[in-house]
Amino acid sequence: MFRKLIIIVIYIFLLAFHANAGSDGELTLKKDQPKKIKDCFENLNRATFAFNQGLDKALIKPIAKGYKNLPDPIQRGTSNAARNLSNLITIPNNILQGDVKTAIINTGRLVVNTTVGLLGTIDVANKMGFPKYEKEDYGQTLGAWGIGPGCYIVLPVLGPSTIRDTAGSFVNVLGGDPGYNASIHGNNEFLGEGVFIASKALSGIDFRSNNLDSFDNLEKNSIDFYASLRSLYLQDRENKIKNNQRGRIQVIYEDEEDWEEIDNK
Amino acid sequence: MKKFLIIILFFNLSYTHTYSIEPEEFVQSTVNKASQVLSKNISKEEKMNGLKIIAKETVDIKGIGFYSLGSTRKNLNDNQKKIYFDLFENYFLKSFASRLSEYTNPKIEVQGKKVINKNYTIVNSILISTPDRPEIKIDWRIYTKNSDNPLIRDLIIEGLSLARTQKEEFASILSSNEGNINALFKTLENFTKD
Repeated sequence: MFRKLIIIVIYIFLLAFHANAGSDGELTLKKDQPKKIKDCFENLNRATFAFNQGLDKALIKPIAKGYKNLPDPIQRGTSNAARNLSNLITIPNNILQGDVKTAIINTGRLVVNTTVGLLGTIDVANKMGFPKYEKEDYGQTLGAWGIGPGCYIVLPVLGPSTIRDTAGSFVNVLGGDPGYNASIHGNNEFLGEGVFIASKALSGIDFRSNNLDSFDNLEKNSIDFYASLRSLYLQDRENKIKNNQRGRIQVIYEDEEDWEEIDNK
Repeated sequence: MKKFLIIILFFNLSYTHTYSIEPEEFVQSTVNKASQVLSKNISKEEKMNGLKIIAKETVDIKGIGFYSLGSTRKNLNDNQKKIYFDLFENYFLKSFASRLSEYTNPKIEVQGKKVINKNYTIVNSILISTPDRPEIKIDWRIYTKNSDNPLIRDLIIEGLSLARTQKEEFASILSSNEGNINALFKTLENFTKD
């Protein structure tokens, strides 16, 4: 049970902190404007956020800094391997979102990188000209199906999330992640729980090490760091669900009429 | 001779008056100016001062200030507005310059634009990757109502809007202090003092 909990915790951490986006979107005003997401447990969230910051400063950041000093090929190999493994979750979500073509491309990418790319440490598919890889997860799929985010929450250790995204993370351990199924429930000598947990933890450290400067810069220049991160997390999730690589006006500005009113002054 | 000079002056004035700059050229020239400052062998403080001068000329600080306040802007009296804009300008310039001054000689390439309407154009660009960081997509929301004098209203980095983030930060401070504008004034003042 405790192991399961650790795995869920690691999953949500990875989900909460990964930031990249999808395809180009049309820029239209006043259409499909997002609803404001409530911070229903703000006091508790802020306390959890303070705890997470303490943990980050005491433990995660120093490890990430140490990792950053490793030789470049090791870091790049780790990043590539982590991305390759994430295909195991992306592919079923491509299918659930009705994007069979991308699921086939990602399956090809997984096969090529796992074999020719030495367990994913070399991104051979990218060199072969495969389309840019975009991660998908069950939280995004629930969003794409029209399920709202629910309240914003900050999870201990893992950071920003929403009720929907947290629920999405649980799908992984309920059979949604083939990697989890093979290593935890599979009866084989090569994959065990330890390998699975280590791979996920390493992926988190890799992400943190790639964002050392940008997090420091954001913290230094924020007048309310908690609110800044909340805003950025929610914007990023909106973009990912709508597969907007560069953001759409109606996604970026919850209230475009604010600008219009200023313009008309 | 006098007539000749008057005609020259007239043409010069009318040319200046009708000259308009395309949003993507405006972004590229702004970026070039900032790059020049950042690549100079000067102290961080001098770089920040150089960036502040560029921001004053190219960013609609007042418009962003209004936007960041959200609906609270409707409740301010003239005196509070004046206090707010003084504080906001100092806060904005410090925050803007401090964020950018971390970069040394950044290379930004303008890739295209999308005209939204007569007031807005989004200019797409990329911050070219270095061995330390990947390529970053930066979109510029340019206010083009006055085509002679386009102004930056937002930077959208990898789909994340700085203006929206700032607005939500301000809203959070106001809501934690029961909408008391003086609490926001104090926070802005403390930020610029640090």
